[in-house]
Amino acid sequence: MTTRMDTRPPVDDRPPPLHGLELARWAWRQLTSMRVALILLFLLAVAAIPGSVIPQSDVNPLNVRDFRARNPTLSEWYDRLGLFDVYSAPWFAAIYLALLVSLVGCILPRCWQHWKAVRAQPPKAPRRLSRLPAYRRIEVDAAPAEVLAVARAELRSRRFRLRRPGADGDDDAVAAEIGHLRETGNLLFHLSVVVVLLAVALGGLFSYRATVLVPEGSGFSNQVIQFDSLSAGALFDPADDLPPFSMDVESFTMEFVDAGNQIGQPSHYEATVSLVREPGAEPETHTIRVNEPLDIDGTSVHIINPGYAPAFTVRAADRETILAEGPVPFLPDDSSFTSTGVVKVEVPPELGDDIGIQANFLPTAYLDENGPRSVFPGARNPEVYLTAWHGDLGLDDGRPQSVYRLDTDDMEQYSADGEPFRSRLAVGDTVELPDGRFITFDGYVTWVNLQIGRNSGRELALVGAVLAVVGLMGSLYVRRRRAWVRASVGPEGRTVVEVAGLHRTEGAAGDRLADEIGAITDGLLLRLGGAKEKRED
Amino acid sequence: MDLDAVAEWSRYVVVVAVLVYLAAWLAFCAEGGLRSRIRRSGEAAATDRSAELVGVGGSSTTAPVSGPGGVDAPDTDAELGPRADRLGRDGRVLFGLATLVLAVGVVMRGVGTGRTPWANMYEFSITGALVASIVFLVLARTVVGKVVAVWAVLLIFVTVGLAATFLYVPPGPLQPALQSYWLVIHVGCAVLAFGLFTVSAVVSALQIASERAADRGRTTGFGASLPDSAALDRLAYRLTAIAFPIWTFGPLILGAIWAEVSWGRYWGWDPKEVWALITWLAYAAYLHARATAGWKGSKASVVALVGYATVLFSYFGVNILFNGLHSYGGL
Ligand code: HEM
Repeated sequence: MTTRMDTRPPVDDRPPPLHGLELARWAWRQLTSMRVALILLFLLAVAAIPGSVIPQSDVNPLNVRDFRARNPTLSEWYDRLGLFDVYSAPWFAAIYLALLVSLVGCILPRCWQHWKAVRAQPPKAPRRLSRLPAYRRIEVDAAPAEVLAVARAELRSRRFRLRRPGADGDDDAVAAEIGHLRETGNLLFHLSVVVVLLAVALGGLFSYRATVLVPEGSGFSNQVIQFDSLSAGALFDPADDLPPFSMDVESFTMEFVDAGNQIGQPSHYEATVSLVREPGAEPETHTIRVNEPLDIDGTSVHIINPGYAPAFTVRAADRETILAEGPVPFLPDDSSFTSTGVVKVEVPPELGDDIGIQANFLPTAYLDENGPRSVFPGARNPEVYLTAWHGDLGLDDGRPQSVYRLDTDDMEQYSADGEPFRSRLAVGDTVELPDGRFITFDGYVTWVNLQIGRNSGRELALVGAVLAVVGLMGSLYVRRRRAWVRASVGPEGRTVVEVAGLHRTEGAAGDRLADEIGAITDGLLLRLGGAKEKRED
Repeated sequence: MDLDAVAEWSRYVVVVAVLVYLAAWLAFCAEGGLRSRIRRSGEAAATDRSAELVGVGGSSTTAPVSGPGGVDAPDTDAELGPRADRLGRDGRVLFGLATLVLAVGVVMRGVGTGRTPWANMYEFSITGALVASIVFLVLARTVVGKVVAVWAVLLIFVTVGLAATFLYVPPGPLQPALQSYWLVIHVGCAVLAFGLFTVSAVVSALQIASERAADRGRTTGFGASLPDSAALDRLAYRLTAIAFPIWTFGPLILGAIWAEVSWGRYWGWDPKEVWALITWLAYAAYLHARATAGWKGSKASVVALVGYATVLFSYFGVNILFNGLHSYGGL
């Protein structure tokens, strides 16, 4: 096994006496050493672990909230250490910035060295070729000069780079080298890693991601006020960066596995949308499926999760005046879409007080001793179980309210016969409230939560990543090696040809080099044989 | 024939493969036992012979030492050698047969479910084990690979055995998020790299044992029976050098592309993504270690084994312990 030569000079471990400049130079040499790179790589790997174990606020804020509620004291410590935001924590950033600096500090000098190495002449033949790990010796009749010419042709056809003939006067041998692509690939790989990191970091500054929940039959326009949530990079500009489209969800269908052991698993989601690219433009129809987002000028629209929106009509006591109607999105509680939600009916004072309905929607309702629940996510037997409140919903007093929760501070639950009022409705059923008003369960539509987002810099990151793999393959699979052919007149007057090779790559198997040197020798013989025949003709 | 039935039956085929792997392993073990007996008796014979020489050369009054071991050893060897050869051959044939049966099981699963068989942990495990098995079979034609094969078979036996029992998932259709040709390539690369890393980890572990034995000057025992540690080191490196770009390309790059298509962001620090990155960093550290003075040989092998531990965790740990976007892998 050839011993490996480190590409950099050995690092002196001892800090020099405390001269500012020398200390700085020493620190820089340490930072850009292979050993420190190795340690930093490992450190980064270890530092990434806690973020996969502890819930992260930018990945799953709900889990973080639960965790805080369950472990208040521990959470305080986690907050101090940034453990809920590992990947944006200062200590995490410190590690990868150190790695980045080390990488650049290591790569740039190597690029320069490599540039010189590529342009340098292959070194001239050692005096004793027979000492090299791969060596062949043959005798031929051709004159040394002819053998060398043939050797040049042979090596060139094998894509070796040749030493300029006659350089430094060693004209009894041909020197050749191949495999600079290894280092080229290695440098390309490391530089591409830098490109990817920069693309991710800079892209993050301009990217945004928003969600909006849209019931079938409704729409939204791409503006911040219409979003349910928005997360964006520091340099995102809502005025300029949001394409001015608007979109209606014409239909949204869900299909589920309806038999077998995976019954109830979703099998297909599909939204048919009508897109208006900018105000005044012609509407276009598109479909969005789970792995098929819609791309609108670099902004993509994805399906995230679905649900049901039961539709109600609430009438005044005269049975005619409609107080409220339409679908209301409910949030699913389980994989069978047992859903809960509220309907807030603001009523003009002359028609009575406000009504708040709190309900469960069950797409496939089933009632047993555990109470009502849904047993299948598809709407096979849709029912609503509801109770209701009356009083003041508090919608006018300016406090923000969740649309999924009823603020019952100023409300009173309806009761019937001394029990809280409850009702169970199938599609089309109407129930009369104790105060004489009416609720009708008209049916349901589906809703879909859409994600609208743009990941700036993703193309650059992809190009970087692909170049990194290309460079990596060069770096791992190309072997750098040298070959020499020497021809001299032997004691019996025949020409002695020595062919030898040396690996410059560690870990490469010696037998492959020996094979190659053998093949070069055979190639020489073949060419010489051909030349001889020609001459004899 | 009903496709579901084909998929169900594939499980029994896989179980048959497990049994054949067991048989192959037993054959290899028996061969190993015989070989170490031959080595021991050979050494005993050698010591006896030198004792005889001393006896002869020393004092003529000392009777030449010749115990049963010394005199009988050549006869036993003559008998044991071919027997060991035969067992080794049987083991390799069984190994090949087991791989074939496993391949049939995997293909049946794929045909029966109408998709590539790596959509859940059961399928991933049997397909990954098949990849590892094929790589080991190819290696088993070299001297180094022969030694490695014994351990390989055991590992595959355990993996496939666990898959067919604890990890088994009945065949079924895929969730919407998984219905994508990205699945085929992305997870396909992961399975391939998983298989290669597995082989490489076995070789790295043997490299450590071999280097230790050599450092302590052992001539007998397990470590000494292994190939030269430098050869093992090179083999482990070559395997990692194949697996690492595949890991970079499949799990990381294609994973990011698929995440972009499917979830609208190419990197979101989901536990599975984090662990794929950790694995990548660990193996990058291994490749660096092999090029760093003072880290060669068994130290680098230790880094490789840490890398393999992260591969295992990326797959089994993350799927079982965490509840991320990837958790549809399913148990
Ligand atoms: C993000 C950080 C880094 C990653 C992911 C990384 C990854 C890799 C990989 C995968 C290889 C294997 C290619 C091969 O063996 O030829 C490699 C080789 C190498 N890396 Fe890095 N590296 C990083 C940082 C660094 C730094 C900071 C240095 C400088 C100290 C460095 C110096 C080298 C050298 C000299 C090799 C060549 C080793 C050889 O010839 O085998 N790398 N790197």
